[in-house]
Amino acid sequence: MNGFYKINKTNEKNINFIHEVAEVCVLAGKILLENGAETFRVEDTMNRLAQSFSVHEAQSFVTPTGIVFAIEGRDVTQLVRITRRGTNLRKVSEVNSLSRQVAEGGAQIEEIHRRLKHIDRIVNTYPEWLQILAAAAASSCFLIMFLGRWGDILPAFIAGGAGQAGTIYFHRLTKVKFFSEFMSSILVGLIAVLSVRIGMGLELNKIIIGAVMPLVPGVPITNAVRDVMAGDLVSGLSKSAEAGLTAFAIGIGIAFALALY
Amino acid sequence: MKVNELGIIITFLIQSMTSFIATCAFGIIYNIPRKPLIHGGLIGAIAWLIYFFLYQWNGNDFVATFAASFVIALTSQIFARLYKNPVIVYSVAGIIPLVPGGLTYTVMSRVVGDHYDMAIHLAEKAFVLSGAIAMGLIFAEVLYQIFKKNFFDKVKKLNTGVTFSRK
Repeated sequence: MNGFYKINKTNEKNINFIHEVAEVCVLAGKILLENGAETFRVEDTMNRLAQSFSVHEAQSFVTPTGIVFAIEGRDVTQLVRITRRGTNLRKVSEVNSLSRQVAEGGAQIEEIHRRLKHIDRIVNTYPEWLQILAAAAASSCFLIMFLGRWGDILPAFIAGGAGQAGTIYFHRLTKVKFFSEFMSSILVGLIAVLSVRIGMGLELNKIIIGAVMPLVPGVPITNAVRDVMAGDLVSGLSKSAEAGLTAFAIGIGIAFALALY
Repeated sequence: MKVNELGIIITFLIQSMTSFIATCAFGIIYNIPRKPLIHGGLIGAIAWLIYFFLYQWNGNDFVATFAASFVIALTSQIFARLYKNPVIVYSVAGIIPLVPGGLTYTVMSRVVGDHYDMAIHLAEKAFVLSGAIAMGLIFAEVLYQIFKKNFFDKVKKLNTGVTFSRK
């Protein structure tokens, strides 16, 4: 009787532990995926985390819109839906160093869980004015890199900053990404056209190319092609759909502004 | 001749400075922590200089894009190993200048002007160029993996007498 009770007791403890491992892995995967890590990196991190807690039969399947995580031989399967996808690489890097720490051993699972929740919750982005300033500076630098004229720096600076400010503002207004990208690229196009009209800018093409660069989905496109090449076919195709839609929104917005010119 | 050399040096300085600033600025938009931001800026500047001068030299943008993204991925792997950060933190901002944004813009302006044949022609080219970026990234990664398997693991084996395999 006593022995039976003991076995049951340890089993229960074990099951709780397995559940917590699954929760930790899925939370780490969710943070990584929401903040712009690559698909295989998310899967790899989740599997390694599970292995570090000596759960060796973990399987994970990651797509841009959801994560499935299961532990073989146990009744543990977790599914997480991902609705928000942005790029915040500081969080990616924090989760990475946490998982590295776990792999070195000696970490308590409760502690890791608590710290992951903390990383998930806090907002640790650079201030918005700095992001806008960065976009503006990047736009005018791109103008020079693409061999534009020095006189066009100011219009590119203004248009690029306005584009980033528009993205932040419209994104707060609506969660439909297509709309916010469309509106901010219209803003960029209109400012560029206006600057040429009043004689402040000279080459319309170069100004627009420079100023639209912060909006262009360069990373999603590259990651999409890369995922397909690496064998993550589902996420590669869905990412390229998303990137194509973004490029389309920007193109239509710019076309709209050009039609006015 | 003297003037020409001076011009090249000035172009070199201007291009390296602007690409460094632009890459760092993109790092700020992507919210990269401060130290990898500077390293990423350096990687981006080197890659852009390779792209720029290779393109000026032989005019083939596929080769130039491929070479630049290859260098980005390789140096990012090295930095990531040295400073224990994910690779994407270093590579992401450097890729941005290589993305054929200007070409995509031209495609759109051709579409607006009802020149669909030109637009599709250029869109194909933009697609191939983004393929070149991805190929450069994958090649560098594969090369790094092979190198690691044949070099680092052997060193570990020599040091400890047992083979380590993480997987």
